[in-house]
Amino acid sequence: MIRVVLPYHLRNLARTDAEVQVDVDDPVTARTVLDAIEARFPMLGGTIRDHGTLKRRAYLRYFACNEDISHEPDDAPLPSTVASGEEPLYIVGAISGG
Amino acid sequence: MSGIRLLVGTSKGAFILTADGSRKKWSVSEPHFGGLEIYHMKGSPADPSRIYASQCSDWFGQVVHRSDDGGTTWETVSNKFEYAGETGTHQWYDGTPHPWEFKRVWHFEPSLTDPDTVYAGVEDAALFRSTDGGMNWEELPGLRGQGTGTDWTPGAGGMCLHTILLDPANADRIYTAISAAGAFRTDDGGTTWRPINNGLKSEHIPDPEAQVGHCVHSLALHPTRPDVLFMQKHWDVMRSDNAGDAWHEVSGDLPSDFGFPIEVHAHEPETIYVVPIKSDSEHYPPEGKLRVYRSRTGGNDWEALTSGLPQEHCYHNILRDAMAVDTFDPCGIYFGTTGGQVYASADNGDTWLPIARDLPRVLSVEVQILP
Repeated sequence: MIRVVLPYHLRNLARTDAEVQVDVDDPVTARTVLDAIEARFPMLGGTIRDHGTLKRRAYLRYFACNEDISHEPDDAPLPSTVASGEEPLYIVGAISGG
Repeated sequence: MSGIRLLVGTSKGAFILTADGSRKKWSVSEPHFGGLEIYHMKGSPADPSRIYASQCSDWFGQVVHRSDDGGTTWETVSNKFEYAGETGTHQWYDGTPHPWEFKRVWHFEPSLTDPDTVYAGVEDAALFRSTDGGMNWEELPGLRGQGTGTDWTPGAGGMCLHTILLDPANADRIYTAISAAGAFRTDDGGTTWRPINNGLKSEHIPDPEAQVGHCVHSLALHPTRPDVLFMQKHWDVMRSDNAGDAWHEVSGDLPSDFGFPIEVHAHEPETIYVVPIKSDSEHYPPEGKLRVYRSRTGGNDWEALTSGLPQEHCYHNILRDAMAVDTFDPCGIYFGTTGGQVYASADNGDTWLPIARDLPRVLSVEVQILP
């Protein structure tokens, strides 16, 4: 079971808690986790990554184990502690100033 | 007594304002989609319970919401807007070719007869249609591909298709307007399109009378006379008496002919409303006086409507989709400002009241009459 922490507005859109859990077969990568998220919560399609290119949206970053993994290849294995469910994958929105 | 519902899209959520037919006492909802920009929402003329809302943000992109109960609850429908075929290029700000890229929905126009059919005007400029309540979207590529698309350029706000008018007398005729390309018309249900910009003059382009390149801000028509069109252009208020085949200027004695919205009175096809803005460099009312101007002669002769509107120190703008009219008699007029006020007139514009004072920046205002 992979744990994923969503930003505030995406929790509201998916009508879920901050942390969601999805089953992901190996390999556990950013791509396979997001595939699973979008399959379980279709309303999140296009909100984390572009529908067509599947590129991460510019104002979002992925964190795992206190590391920014946004620029890792989408098919790179996530840390083993994320794959085991010990640590969540964080999807984080850019801070909004004003 | 029947009621009225105003759908107000703002930079930080959607608000629904309701009143009975007297339009004297208004209720303002809590924000829907709080904190998120709702650029436009509009109800179906065929079923007022059906509302479509466009949410867009830099963080999460485009999201489309649909309500089937008048805005009490919402469900998310498809946000997948894929251009048909080769996307090609349009002109970028510097004149270089730039590929078409979807950014957001500027305007929803529900069908006049079918709640499940709705048109979406998007940036980069294209027209999409759904026939299943927003679950799937398909581009009508004949507009983007009608031959001048490579010459279209964005305005400062983006290259957006922001106006969609459905001809109530001819289901095959649709008008659209694009900034900064101009106005376009189809007579075959959206398959083929042609520019309808003869008579427009825009000094900011190399050929002021070019076929395309005009920054049309808004179009309006009266349902009983759909061949007569009114246009608020970047500068100039224009009129066409032949479905856009030719335009002539009717700015007349306006203090400024720059502005964004234009509307037609519900029962008087020759009565139109605009809100003059000082200039394209100073987006606020001339002299700091918020004045709606009304022409009862289809243009040229205008009167300032000021009763109830601030006549000093007002520096808000009124955006192109932030004005609407109801179909009660007397006709109600509504508009929202970038300062967060929503003003209403229940007497054809003679007097105005603020019915919301402190909303976020108002992006759109639409009206629904409730049974």
